Amino acid sequence: MATGLPGTVTTGAPVEVRNLSRRFGEHVVIDGLDLHIEPGEFVALLGASGCGKSTLLRILADLDRDITGDVSVARGRAVGFQAPRLMPWKRVWRNVVLGLPGRPDRERAEAALAEVGLSHRVDVWPKVLSGGEAQRVALARSLVREPDLLLLDEPFSALDALTRLTARGLVDELWQRHRCAVLLVTHDVEEALVLADRVLVMDRGRIAHDARVEIDRPRDLADPALVAMRTDLLARLGVDVKEHA
Amino acid sequence: MSLAPARKPPPTDLAVETETIVPEPESGHQRVPRWVVKAASPVVLVILWQILGSSGVLERDVLAPPSDVFATAVEMAAEGRLSSAILASLGRVALGLVLGIVTATVLATITGLFRRGEDLLDLPVQMLRTVPVIGLIPLLIVWFGIGEEPKVALIGLAVTFPLYMNLFGGIRNVDAALVEASRTLGLGRLDQIRQVILPAALPQALVGLRYALGSAWLALVFGETINTTSGIGYEMNTAREYFQTDVIVVCLVLYALLGLVADLIVRGLERGLLSWRPAFQGQ
Ligand SMILES: Nc1ncnc2c1ncn2[C@@H]1O[C@H](COP(=O)(O)OP(=O)(O)O)[C@@H](O)[C@H]1O
Ligand SMILES: [Mg+2]
Repeated sequence: MATGLPGTVTTGAPVEVRNLSRRFGEHVVIDGLDLHIEPGEFVALLGASGCGKSTLLRILADLDRDITGDVSVARGRAVGFQAPRLMPWKRVWRNVVLGLPGRPDRERAEAALAEVGLSHRVDVWPKVLSGGEAQRVALARSLVREPDLLLLDEPFSALDALTRLTARGLVDELWQRHRCAVLLVTHDVEEALVLADRVLVMDRGRIAHDARVEIDRPRDLADPALVAMRTDLLARLGVDVKEHA
Repeated sequence: MSLAPARKPPPTDLAVETETIVPEPESGHQRVPRWVVKAASPVVLVILWQILGSSGVLERDVLAPPSDVFATAVEMAAEGRLSSAILASLGRVALGLVLGIVTATVLATITGLFRRGEDLLDLPVQMLRTVPVIGLIPLLIVWFGIGEEPKVALIGLAVTFPLYMNLFGGIRNVDAALVEASRTLGLGRLDQIRQVILPAALPQALVGLRYALGSAWLALVFGETINTTSGIGYEMNTAREYFQTDVIVVCLVLYALLGLVADLIVRGLERGLLSWRPAFQGQ
């Protein structure tokens, strides 16, 4: 749905944003931002805490229309939040197909859960899932909609380091298979570099840096090209790596 | 670069205080089953009451002993007085409950879901709530006479307010993050209400239902003092005139038992409807 012009159906890139601004009172959080994402492109968005990444993502998810500028977003889109946001009163499989048209389709839910490795959790209540499992259910819930655009707001930041690595691998694998455009907000530079085609850095309400990651997959964290990009990105985020090396 | 923090010298005596963790005995092998423990105190009380009664310390006109109460209950049951009284009272409660539940649900959904509804309706409801329901009896008699209507209306009012408060609170406490998620999943307004907001408000609504049942019984007892010709309250009023404390106690036990059954029903509902919510069970 084109957020600026509700109801108009056009075709175009999954994300096309021009001169977007959002303010909270006097506080201008997004200030004339431009953003373009190609079909099937995996984009990671980095930025200091509080710089407006979630605000941007909420606008793209059509959860916030208090904006100026032009925003056009893929109609078929799914959103993954930092918390899994499952409905505790619905069994896992019903959560997965919640909101899909027609009767709840158990087989479809089972297939999506199998994709994220949770075939044995189809019938349990969300409360009994571990953090990583719940986040995987949320991922299945997003992918079962076969979106053209997947918006993810720090989906792994609440997970422990090991679970995070597994989840990262899973997202990579699912993206290779589904080939939807992804906008992943993260504060983890390595995560961005391992997963994304393009890494953006947000600063002062705009995309301040836009770098293509031209490294073959699967990517190795020790790859010198990747290490160089990492150092550069960390410097842009205000962290001087050499001091810690 | 940075200085290593100064380390404490290692203790010379390496042993520390320890404690042994003893495995908990399996609950099935406990010496006294829980229901025995639960039943103990009421049984002791009844025995004490019987001893005081049959030894004459407690006179019949003050409080009849359990044996008399039991005999009277059997007698009343045989005469059919017991069942007709229960049916009459239950009928009133049921009608009042339906009236109150419908009113509270309609009001709370309007005020809970729509801010305009809250602005229009919540203040008058809150003001009415502060009036003790029992205080409305004279007005209800003036309006509805002394038949069934004022009794049912009283119970209805007593049910409405606690249920309304809890349902409204439950709706307003729904996690906004979940509602937002449901929007991104493509749920329409009606489905958001049906599949997210109302289920999320249900635990609080059931708490409200429990309070509502409590005040329904209270309203029943008061309501049945208004010129009744049937029901538990009628039996009790007649017995009062002849100092039949055994009949009075039978009626009190009836009120208590019915209240207990109602509570069990709500608990059953909670267990059935809220099984998704693993709750602390006590130690
Ligand atoms: N609903 C709101 N009301 C007022 N200020 C907000 C609101 N949401 C976000 N902000 C402010 O906007 C800025 C960006 O927030 P956010 O997008 O959450 O940052 P982050 O990049 O960490 O995700 C912060 O300074 C935050 O205080
Ligand atoms: Mg954020």
